[in-house]
Amino acid sequence: MQQKDIKRLTLYLLFAPFVLWIFLLILLPHIGMVILSLREKIAPRVYEFGLGNYIDFINEPIYWNTLLRTGSMSLLVTALALIIGFPIAYYIAKIAGNRSRGGLFLLCLIPLWVSDLIRAFGWILLLRETGVISTFLLSYGIIETPIEFLYNDAAVVVGLVYTVILFMIVPLVSTLDGMDNSMIEAGYNLGGNSFTVMRRIIIPYAMPGIVSGCIVVFMLTAGSYLTPILLGGKNSSWFTEQIYDQFITRFNWESGAAFGFLLLAFTSIVIWLGLKLSGQTLANTVAKS
Amino acid sequence: MHMKTTVASLLAATMLMGAGSAQAETLRLLTWGSYAPEELVQKFEEEYPDIDVEVTFSNNEEMIAKLRATGGAGFDLAQPSHDRIHAAQLEYDIYKPMDLSKIDTDVMSPSLLEGVKANTTIDGEVYAVPHQWGTSGLMADKSVAPDFAGWDDLCDPQYKGKTSMRLKRTILLGTAFAMGEDPFAAYADLDKYQEILDKVADKLIECKANIKAYWKGGDDLSAMMLSGEIVASETWDSTAYKLFNQNENIVFVPPKTGALAWIDTFALPRKAKADDAAYKWINFVLRPENVTIMSASTGAIASVKGAKDLLPDDKKAAVNAAFTDADIDNLKFFANIPPGVEDMEGKTLEKIKAATGG
Amino acid sequence: MTITPAYDLECIDIAKSFGDFRAVKDVSFTIPSGSFFSILGPSGCGKTTLMRMIAGFETPSGGDIKIKGASVLGTPPNKRNVKMVFQHLALFPMMNVYENIAYGLRCKGVSNDEIKLKVQDVLERIALPDVGHREIHQLSGGQKQRIAIARCMVLDPDVLLLDEPLGALDLKLREAMKIELKLLQHQFNTTFIYITHDQSEALVMSDHVAIMNEGRFEQIGTPQELYHRPNTSFVASFVGDSNRWSGKVADSDGTGGKVRTEQGLDMAFSAAAGQTISTGSEVDIFVRPEFIRTIRENDPAAAISDGDNRMSGIVDSLLFNGANSRVLVRGWSGELIEADVILTGTDDLAPGEKVDLVWSPAQAMCFEKTGAA
Repeated sequence: MQQKDIKRLTLYLLFAPFVLWIFLLILLPHIGMVILSLREKIAPRVYEFGLGNYIDFINEPIYWNTLLRTGSMSLLVTALALIIGFPIAYYIAKIAGNRSRGGLFLLCLIPLWVSDLIRAFGWILLLRETGVISTFLLSYGIIETPIEFLYNDAAVVVGLVYTVILFMIVPLVSTLDGMDNSMIEAGYNLGGNSFTVMRRIIIPYAMPGIVSGCIVVFMLTAGSYLTPILLGGKNSSWFTEQIYDQFITRFNWESGAAFGFLLLAFTSIVIWLGLKLSGQTLANTVAKS
Repeated sequence: MHMKTTVASLLAATMLMGAGSAQAETLRLLTWGSYAPEELVQKFEEEYPDIDVEVTFSNNEEMIAKLRATGGAGFDLAQPSHDRIHAAQLEYDIYKPMDLSKIDTDVMSPSLLEGVKANTTIDGEVYAVPHQWGTSGLMADKSVAPDFAGWDDLCDPQYKGKTSMRLKRTILLGTAFAMGEDPFAAYADLDKYQEILDKVADKLIECKANIKAYWKGGDDLSAMMLSGEIVASETWDSTAYKLFNQNENIVFVPPKTGALAWIDTFALPRKAKADDAAYKWINFVLRPENVTIMSASTGAIASVKGAKDLLPDDKKAAVNAAFTDADIDNLKFFANIPPGVEDMEGKTLEKIKAATGG
Repeated sequence: MTITPAYDLECIDIAKSFGDFRAVKDVSFTIPSGSFFSILGPSGCGKTTLMRMIAGFETPSGGDIKIKGASVLGTPPNKRNVKMVFQHLALFPMMNVYENIAYGLRCKGVSNDEIKLKVQDVLERIALPDVGHREIHQLSGGQKQRIAIARCMVLDPDVLLLDEPLGALDLKLREAMKIELKLLQHQFNTTFIYITHDQSEALVMSDHVAIMNEGRFEQIGTPQELYHRPNTSFVASFVGDSNRWSGKVADSDGTGGKVRTEQGLDMAFSAAAGQTISTGSEVDIFVRPEFIRTIRENDPAAAISDGDNRMSGIVDSLLFNGANSRVLVRGWSGELIEADVILTGTDDLAPGEKVDLVWSPAQAMCFEKTGAA
């Protein structure tokens, strides 16, 4: 009897950090944000309960345009990360030898060792008008005047893909790794060409990894702040910047909280749609890989 | 048995630590990057061995946000700009009044002191005293843009793709002045102010094609300017002074309509716990020998009498290259921001950013 | 050599090296149409490499592979009409049974209606007509096995390769599947090439078996030939159980004679088919347990013909296994000898009894030692 109690106590103690973490760091702040987002500012130090902040969002095209822009750019980044990451993951999981594998994984990991900020500055050094690429092209006579590669949406996309691609590669490698090589050989043996094998066997098999990679990458991209700000151009607004501005520059916490929630809701809807379209479930994908 | 001894020793340890912290007071500074140079902090701690200085670097907006989040707790001395105190105090109640008798106000430049007092007096209580002042204006590479003189020159087609600005409220105000308006006067009439903002927005959207990129911080601005990717930009004077030391062609240009001047102040957060230490720090940095060290780090001018002579030599040269006496007379000090204006300006900035103008 | 289309598969001096390692060394064989051919060998003998070359997943370092008389060396795996059942079957888990079988037909561009007919037909032939809609994980081990075969057979291959497909099954199911595979092969009348390291699988099912060791074929023959007339000592030891002695030939007329074993025992032998063994050579002698008779010492009822080998010893233990029971006898020099016995339950041998072991020289297969072996 006593031992049972001790066991139960151990269990509680083991779970306590997790429960506390979920409650204090995730649930509680979000509840606070919901309440904050439902407060309307009437006058200094006077607030009223209402949906005003959300209505403001709907009535201002700049806001929802920025949200849609952030969403579509994030989808583009996700798609590019998948297109570039899949062959890399396939190479690591299926073609590379056991020894080179660790090294390759490490190479993918290296960008994460430096901070977001340093990575962005690295891109700035490369892409700016007087930067490495422009100077290089100029010195080989490929271009005649310096070209500015920075401060546009393409630079933002490149920087983001670079930042998030690892989160695409890791789940892909782990699902592809679990795939028996003979499955691919069977695909060829039964008459499939490379395209058929890829489309009908490898991709369906890797689907849980693809979907979970896409979810993580999409969330990270839509929620990223530094890269779009630093690499973006005059027109490159990002929704997180909008949230930051509301909170910090305009002291409008109520509206910032509402925006934060809208971003969460928006990304959740996109992911839900993606899961529906790909016929996957959350438990099947993120939990598995 | 074991338990008891452990608890006892823990208690003893806690008490000891408690005693330790009671002896050494901590001064928690919330200030701008470079406003607490290591040299000065060390010197201060030597002079007052029982005070530890902890520094948190921030900016105007974040200072307010941080203090608002805690209701004015967590810091003992803050350094917001003079125009950002009145509204923040009215709205969020984050500061407490200052006891001017504890500060050597005699050494301060009377005009700046009176100006800050006028800006930050609420119900007869003064909430801030001046520390350093500086300006926002323009800078230009005189070798390629010798005639650069006003805010509107940023939009001059002859510098197409070679200028930059920071998409914040400074450029809204500067452009308004360049268009012949007086935005500070319009603070009293927010409808009028909105009209001005709309006109400014149109002008800046039209100007977008002329701009290479909006800078976000001193580093990217410096890089663009030094590499020659841009020839002129809106700037903080301190950034321009730093570049002047590296390239004498790059000078700060006070706009024809007047450089916008700010005064960074000292203010006590409402729940500050080390007021005496805070006053000691204020008086300490007002001393002439310390003013020079501070200005060398900040690039701004102290609010003390004869401050210009206390500048380090290289900064003195940069300031002399930039300002004439007429320019100084022409300074436009930022006026207190009434509640609501930040929101109006924020919306205008968003509108400019979202517009597709190149 | 002229091409005889009667062979579904011909391998001519096929070889494969991985760096310095020669996995397959100049192997040649032909497989007649419609036969069940096994390649039997210990793991690492090169049999899987050989099969992968036939399927096209490895390129031979030398030699030629012909299917239905035509070389397939330049043909990629997906264009060869050689289908393969993989060791772990490699059924596609993301498709149901119907789609698994239809996959190959779709690759060929067969119309949907025809696919439906063919899939249903093949499912009926493997006696699983109603599993088309099931998912792979809902099938039992034996059903998966049959689906894997059906998936290949629906494409009407010239040759079906099977790579130890029974390895993952439990013993009982494996026994049942052996018979089933044989029946399926009869039914489809396609050439099966079956790779295994399990001799009982190979012997039970095959028309012909090739014994492979260290990259080459030791012997090709029917199961009976391999069992009773092995060509090499490897085949003799690998196929079936046997007692083994080493010794030196004391006297030989080329086809038979006397050997003195290392234990100092004299033994009469007959040389394996086609071998000449001369006096003085080092040899291995193999005697299968079922050819050794165990009789009680000095049993007057036992009839012993002249020239039979005879050895006395003490029963060490009995290994009871119904009809396959054995007795372990410790000889006078200490070695253990296995012999089949019939245990009736009454008056059986008991441990500790003194016995004589008797076998005919014709059953003592003798091979000259090769190299250090």
